[in-house]
Amino acid sequence: MKLNELSAHSLVDLLKSKKTTPQEVLQSLHAHIVQTDKSIKAYVRLNSEKPESTLSENQTCPVPIAIKDNICIAGHETTCCSKILEGFRPPYDATVIEKLRKTGAIFLGQTNMDEFAFGSSTENSCYGSTSNPWDKDCVPGGSSGGSAAAVAAHETIWALGSDTGGSIRQPAAFCGVVGVKPTYGRVSRYGLIAFASSLDQIGPIAKDVEDAALLLKIIAGYDEKDSTSVDVPVPDYPKDMRQEVKGLKVGIPKEYFVEGLDKEIKEAISAAIEVLKKLGVSFKEVSLPHTEYAIATYYIIATAEASSNLARYDGVQYGLRCRPSKTRKSPLIDMYEETRDKGFGKEAKRRIMLGTYSLSTGYYDAYYLQGQKVRTLIKNDFDKVFQEFDAVITPTSPTPAFKKGERINDPLAMYLSDIYTISVNLGGVPAISLPCGFSKTGLPIGLQIITKPFDEETMFRLAYAYEQHTEWHKQKPPQLK
Amino acid sequence: MISQNDVKYIASLARIHLQDDEIQQLTRDLENILQYVTKLSSLDVRQIEPTTHVVPLKNVSRPDLVKPSLKPNIALGIAVEQHQGAFKVPKVIE
Amino acid sequence: MAEATQQTFDTIIGLEVHLQLNTKTKIFCGCANRFGEEPNSLTCPVCLGLPGTLPVLNQTALEYAIKVTLALNCQINTFVKFDRKNYYYPDLPKGYQISQYDKPLANHGHLIIPTANGPKRINIKRSHLEEDAGKLIHDDKLNCSLVDYNRTGTPLLEIVTEPDLHSPQEAHDYLTILKLTLQYLNVSDCDMEKGSLRCDANVSIRPQGETKLGAKTELKNMNSFRAVKAALEFEVNRQRRLILTGERIVQETRLWDEEKNITVSMRSKEEAHDYRYFPEPDLVPLTIDSKIIEKIRLTLPELPDKKLNRFMEQYGLSQYDAHILIQEQDIANFFERCTEGIEDVPVKKIANWIIGPMREEISANKKKIEYISIREFLMLIRNVEEGKLSNLAAKDVLSVMVSSGENIEKIIAEKGLAQIMDETILEKIVVSVLAENPKVVEQIQQGKESATGFLVGQAMRKSQGKGNPKKFGEIIKRRLQHG
Repeated sequence: MKLNELSAHSLVDLLKSKKTTPQEVLQSLHAHIVQTDKSIKAYVRLNSEKPESTLSENQTCPVPIAIKDNICIAGHETTCCSKILEGFRPPYDATVIEKLRKTGAIFLGQTNMDEFAFGSSTENSCYGSTSNPWDKDCVPGGSSGGSAAAVAAHETIWALGSDTGGSIRQPAAFCGVVGVKPTYGRVSRYGLIAFASSLDQIGPIAKDVEDAALLLKIIAGYDEKDSTSVDVPVPDYPKDMRQEVKGLKVGIPKEYFVEGLDKEIKEAISAAIEVLKKLGVSFKEVSLPHTEYAIATYYIIATAEASSNLARYDGVQYGLRCRPSKTRKSPLIDMYEETRDKGFGKEAKRRIMLGTYSLSTGYYDAYYLQGQKVRTLIKNDFDKVFQEFDAVITPTSPTPAFKKGERINDPLAMYLSDIYTISVNLGGVPAISLPCGFSKTGLPIGLQIITKPFDEETMFRLAYAYEQHTEWHKQKPPQLK
Repeated sequence: MISQNDVKYIASLARIHLQDDEIQQLTRDLENILQYVTKLSSLDVRQIEPTTHVVPLKNVSRPDLVKPSLKPNIALGIAVEQHQGAFKVPKVIE
Repeated sequence: MAEATQQTFDTIIGLEVHLQLNTKTKIFCGCANRFGEEPNSLTCPVCLGLPGTLPVLNQTALEYAIKVTLALNCQINTFVKFDRKNYYYPDLPKGYQISQYDKPLANHGHLIIPTANGPKRINIKRSHLEEDAGKLIHDDKLNCSLVDYNRTGTPLLEIVTEPDLHSPQEAHDYLTILKLTLQYLNVSDCDMEKGSLRCDANVSIRPQGETKLGAKTELKNMNSFRAVKAALEFEVNRQRRLILTGERIVQETRLWDEEKNITVSMRSKEEAHDYRYFPEPDLVPLTIDSKIIEKIRLTLPELPDKKLNRFMEQYGLSQYDAHILIQEQDIANFFERCTEGIEDVPVKKIANWIIGPMREEISANKKKIEYISIREFLMLIRNVEEGKLSNLAAKDVLSVMVSSGENIEKIIAEKGLAQIMDETILEKIVVSVLAENPKVVEQIQQGKESATGFLVGQAMRKSQGKGNPKKFGEIIKRRLQHG
């Protein structure tokens, strides 16, 4: 296998035993990116920095990583793939970037995403869309489509994405890789350009479960710069995940196995359940009764928070500034309105408008407040199930990757594809997506395992056990064979 | 549920200039989405507390200790336009 | 400006005060909380509102806020949260201000102010914490506006009264008492000129006897307590004239124009702000423990109104004298420390010396009274009481003592200011004065006793201020009696 196709944990062993060097790994990746990214377009910006020639002792993981374009890297243009942040170079590192630097990580570049994370297909980027490495006519999923595609196409060893309603897990499922949304508060949000503050989390996208566990271990932990960060010790996930799964109790929520779920996906999940049963895991049907309200709840809360978080993009301090050719209202207001018209894409405008509406006078109670109350019900659904069960298993997405252009003009249809991932963010619980099969047309299928808050260990345990008894994670996209 | 005038008003609240065809399209899109989200009103949540924070954290604060600020040239380094150490914007009419 | 008739209308005023807390750092980031520095030199990614940044609450800002609200007799709420107030302005980098909306820090407080009809209770509706915005300057030459973000993130405490103030004078008095109370707490400079204390007013009028509130206007841009009073006076008259001529009062915001002494409508074509308040997701709520409240309550000093009453009672001071002494905590404390265990120096004298000469000297020399030696000060007063130093000389000595920190004995010796105690010398001076002023002597002998003062003055001059006026007076009287 070529160096760029290895996992991070394999590379760490090779680097430690001096069988290779970070420079060699980087060379392998660069050569591959030059060949492959023309057609995949996973990256929006490549980093030309060279790694240090000698590694210091505390650089425990000097592995190249790709970063989603909404995580601030000091001095690097970071734009959330939006015109409105053109030219913005944050003068500071996100906390996760600081943590990665300490381990010796090498930043390969920044990956494509739906503008401001608004989307499920990476078709809403101002840089154009990314292709799914398994079928270039299909979307890689979104909003972390660039990161997922880069991992699947071996254009990076591993990557960081962000997940607000499924933006790590769904592209991981579409691209046949592993993606984790940690418990809300597990990973610092400081330096993550906010979409929906009460839902956002940064998480790993990797080639296998062990890599995802390793990367989460690096980036997780309390941060005094984030008031919503929880001071709970970070377990040794790669070590703990090796514990056997015999005796674990997993629930299968009946609301997730209804009409609309692709038949092949249903079969793949059932097969996965059988694999785990043989390892001693017991399954039972459970209910998450408020599942059908999750999308509506999410789109009220998330867009309301987003409309406020995006108010700062106004041309005053940084990024894009536009003036209309003729005065409309007044010089300042014209600048605001023209900048935001030219700077935001369609989906961004849609969400800002929806969010502004649901917070406005007269509508707050009916929309935003109502949404927050239903969120409590959805969270309670999880709390109740986790009193008796160790985990919940579901498909990650009702369909495999859809074709480019298929849903872009039907916002509601696009929103409805998030049905299996969205409740997880509303509940603040952790979840992992990992490959569990392929469709007849060769598109990956993802399995989602959800556990209770701060119990990523059980999530990794089940995922690792399943993965070690299957070969899905070893498959390569056809063009790479 | 939502008219074009509503959309124009929201756009001004959100400080976004919209072209006429955009207003029409947005009105349609928002109408569809709002219709969809009204399903929330069918739930009786009168006795339910709203969730603002999904982590049960309270009383997070920091000590009153000075940390270094950005040097002015760094702070202004991001500026679209600047003048004598200040960020420059179009004249604000009070 | 002709004033409309007084009696027909009641005035209803509510005041909104914003107080900058003098914590070391800003409310949500570790930037130093300082004033008057190079533009954009006290900023960081957080207070600049850069993408990806998050706020973290300053614990001391919360403590100071609790201190103030306790001093204002407020009820501190057990569950407190922050909210976003969304609007667009260049000095507001995030496009929203982190403030408190429906669950503020405190409610239901009060402050007592003296009025012509006795003490009046002004109720405080609410008090909450929020962050300050930056500074915007308009540059006409360049036809642009310039923004300095040093001030963004300064902790502000907003204090809102009920509409209980019924005259511009009451509003002025409320501000005076509020400022004095706040100064005692040492949590703010309370300086309207520097902007650490800001005031907006809401004012309406209604015919006497009417219970319905009239349309109110909001007044802004007043930079001193005097301006607040003047603006309110102008506005009340403006509203009266409008009503009397049958016109409607527009509910609007008006700016005080300090130069023209008028209020002017803000030419804003915008619709009223819809702030779209919602709970701040980046900050978790506060549950304020009663133990913490009690701990902070114990750190409250004796507040001005209590101190005033106690000074009058305990020291037998007049309201006037007590009022002056309590204007500054340091001075009040100095006074009390001077009186501790002192039996030989009258309290009234100590008070007078502090109210007059001492306050003058520390102000002129820009010194802090807490560094003045109490021992030396009392010794000075004793010297005067015992006749060893004249009043005039003592004031001179005080001046030197305050500016140089030297002790009294040394100063007296150096300046040779010791009062002449030797009776024979005093006698000699009187004799020569009497000889030099025969006409005045005649006047006194003919009954005009008041002319004695002139002779005393002459004797003091001859003695270069070192004589004792009282003693001179006695000697003159004795000599003239005996012929």
